[in-house]
Amino acid sequence: MATANLATHGATDHDHDHEHHDNFITKYIFSTDHKMIGKQFLVTGIFWALIGGFLSILFRLQLGFPDMDLTFLKPLLGGWIDDAGKLDPNFYLALVTMHGTIMVFFVLTAGLSGTFSNFLIPLQIGARDMASGFMNMLSYWFFFVSGVIMFISLFLENGPAGGGWVVYPPLSALEQAIPGSGMGMTLWLIAMTFFIASSLLGGINYITTVINLRTKGMSFSRLPLTIWAFFLTAVIGLLSFPVLFAAALLLVFDRSFGTSFYLSDIYISGEGALPNTGGSPVLYQHLFWFLGHPEVYIVLLPALGITSEVIATNSRKPIFGYKAMIISMLGITILSFVVWAHHMFVSGMNPFLGSIFMFLTLIIAIPSAVKVFNYLTTLWRGNLIFTPAMLFSIGLVSFFISGGLTGIFLGNSAIDIQLHDTYFVVAHFHLVMGSASFFGLMAGVYHWFPKMFGRMMDARLGYIHFWLTFVGVYLVFFPMHYIGIAGFPRRYYSWTNFEFSNMYTDLNMFVSAAAIITFAAQFIFLFNFFYSMYRGRKASLNPWRSTTLEWTTPLFPGHGNWPGEIPAVYRWPYDYSKPGAKEDFIMQTVPLSATPESNLPHEQELVKLEKEIIAEEEEVLVANESKES
Amino acid sequence: MSTTATAIGVSSKRGIWGGGNEPLKASYGKLMMWFFLLSDIFTFAAFLITYAAIRVSYPAYSGTMDAFQGSNEYWPIPELVFDAFPFFHGVHMPLVFVGLMTFILIMSSVTMVLAVEAGHRNDKDDVVKWMLWTLLGGITFLSCQAWEWSHFIHGSDNGAVLTYVNSLNQVVTETIYGANLVVNEYGPAAFAQLFFFITGFHGFHVTIGVVLLFLAFYQAAVGVYERRGHYEMIEKIGLYWHFVDLVWVFVFTFFYLI
Repeated sequence: MATANLATHGATDHDHDHEHHDNFITKYIFSTDHKMIGKQFLVTGIFWALIGGFLSILFRLQLGFPDMDLTFLKPLLGGWIDDAGKLDPNFYLALVTMHGTIMVFFVLTAGLSGTFSNFLIPLQIGARDMASGFMNMLSYWFFFVSGVIMFISLFLENGPAGGGWVVYPPLSALEQAIPGSGMGMTLWLIAMTFFIASSLLGGINYITTVINLRTKGMSFSRLPLTIWAFFLTAVIGLLSFPVLFAAALLLVFDRSFGTSFYLSDIYISGEGALPNTGGSPVLYQHLFWFLGHPEVYIVLLPALGITSEVIATNSRKPIFGYKAMIISMLGITILSFVVWAHHMFVSGMNPFLGSIFMFLTLIIAIPSAVKVFNYLTTLWRGNLIFTPAMLFSIGLVSFFISGGLTGIFLGNSAIDIQLHDTYFVVAHFHLVMGSASFFGLMAGVYHWFPKMFGRMMDARLGYIHFWLTFVGVYLVFFPMHYIGIAGFPRRYYSWTNFEFSNMYTDLNMFVSAAAIITFAAQFIFLFNFFYSMYRGRKASLNPWRSTTLEWTTPLFPGHGNWPGEIPAVYRWPYDYSKPGAKEDFIMQTVPLSATPESNLPHEQELVKLEKEIIAEEEEVLVANESKES
Repeated sequence: MSTTATAIGVSSKRGIWGGGNEPLKASYGKLMMWFFLLSDIFTFAAFLITYAAIRVSYPAYSGTMDAFQGSNEYWPIPELVFDAFPFFHGVHMPLVFVGLMTFILIMSSVTMVLAVEAGHRNDKDDVVKWMLWTLLGGITFLSCQAWEWSHFIHGSDNGAVLTYVNSLNQVVTETIYGANLVVNEYGPAAFAQLFFFITGFHGFHVTIGVVLLFLAFYQAAVGVYERRGHYEMIEKIGLYWHFVDLVWVFVFTFFYLI
């Protein structure tokens, strides 16, 4: 009985729309509505994306125009620009560190997964809300606190953390190592602790919601691929973030309480030996990359899920290989946990162990390729509709291919020794993980904007935004491959001391110019986003003629999503252009028995069972109603 | 559970994973606890792997048991380090005290099981009784740990002569009593650091557990769960408590047995 009560709780509680009288605070700030929380994540993510992008423009100025007089930035950066108009080298390190941290965690983890897992999971599985709305709210506010702490660290006198986004000790563990290992590093660790708590609260909620709150008929084999992606992303996060937490906590003790888990035999700035003995910095690398590599898929999988949905809808075709897509994502999920040491080929690890990790790494190419070919075959001969979301999804596939290919180079331990920590690596992961995920995020925003705000974004501005960004991304990151092969190391403040670098000065200048244009293009999106929120064309209920459940809700769904009963689901989410059907899409809520003209033989066989189920459930419903009245 | 299906109007023909039900026959709260514990396993695993990695980087003590002397050159023998018992000063009782602690914690898991079982019967008095025993077990364990830590920090009567780098970055040779994060009389600095860190982290979990146990005990006693009609909260906290016990078994194995 206990569980029965809980299960009915949602249904009875939200039967009437007018039950909710939210004031400003409960509606917009401490909201427990998954849709509002999703929007909070989105807006916060956009805020951080602007900061992260702006930081990258600052260091691109330094890299592309090393002789430039940056005095005009003095009002903003103050002492970080010296009297000669040069960027402070320590601040440069802080810039790359913060750019990485912000983009990986705040934008592409919280901004992407936080937004769309929250917004779409209940809407697409047919639930009133997340399993625990309160924990969901906490998840956002932990993220917010984490952001506030990270933001404050930007304004410290010694600057924010400067040891790279991976914060390897001993550099990050010893305050006297660089200014960026002082208070900035402490705040980084505190902020990340809050962030991990936020992502665990969110992840536990996502997983539980998908397992327990699917509507009638929404079996796992009828879940949209978005939900599969969010589900597996949450599983990856659940299992990998605690290891980062462990690594960070040990680092906190090394930094603040005098332990030496990562430290041993260190001499620094001419002083005598530090008391620390017995630790191992390589241990930190293992712990960090046990999160760090799965993190790549935490960032990427939601984008791939969104792409599956958008490409199928706008090709007016069923996704090619639905089961293969799920199996590939499962494969990626599992493999993501056993490849971490490919980030450590030059850490002095046993070459034999390296070859094992290389082997496991290269296996990931298989599920990745399966996904790519499935996208391409879905597009093949589809009735393509080039909405901005569709363009961004196709852009994602493009980046995933071109960035994925270089992953095969880097996964080879022998080649990695040459390419490690060069701009080749930077180019690789910015394409395959950074830009691809960013395009997935953009595709999601353009596609679900009508559901979020009841209005359409302007498509023409969307096209301009897409082409500038798409071309811009390639102009930025393609030349970096050459720069990397030529031997440019990452995280260097300046290369002008090296003779060989002279012939690439132009190329670096080109990259920086392209980066500035690409960044500027994002303001088109920003304008479009906020303008359309208030002034956009009113959306229809199902503007993309899509099959999934979120388009059965009212234009402005209340807290509870559906007035009255939650619709039941009778088919998979990809019945596009089904032969014999009247329209080129059939919603998931249409029973098979209602579409005898388009049912496939095996579906026709299920009609009898379906009718029995509907009859049985109606009987119960009638019985319940008569009992109530 | 058959009532679940009819109560929310889901046909049994839909199958377990067909939606509209709770496929694992567990409420969302219980599932959340399971997934939290799954994630916590990875936290503890990371710490224990850290322990193992640092532990194996030191040589083991190779002499005879009688001649054992604490040194930062090799890892100590745990049963010679943890051999004290309250009120038996100077008596060599290897692992007796920690064995007692472990026994108390495991017994508190048993009483927790009895509380959950009483909850299934909706027997308020039994729930309250067994929760109280569990709570006492948890508090006793924490008190024992406090004594264990205190003894570890204060050390033996004789101490050990060690050469090490002190916090002023000077190499010194002196007699060390007890343990802190820089040096200890038992073995390498990492020995005490890991001891404090990992048993401390576990103790932190136990402390949270004790707080939760108290809240559940209180709510059960004043009849909150009785009015609610079920004792699921006891089950959820029980899951956490068993997990904390299970982790202790691993911590115990790593620190005291190998």
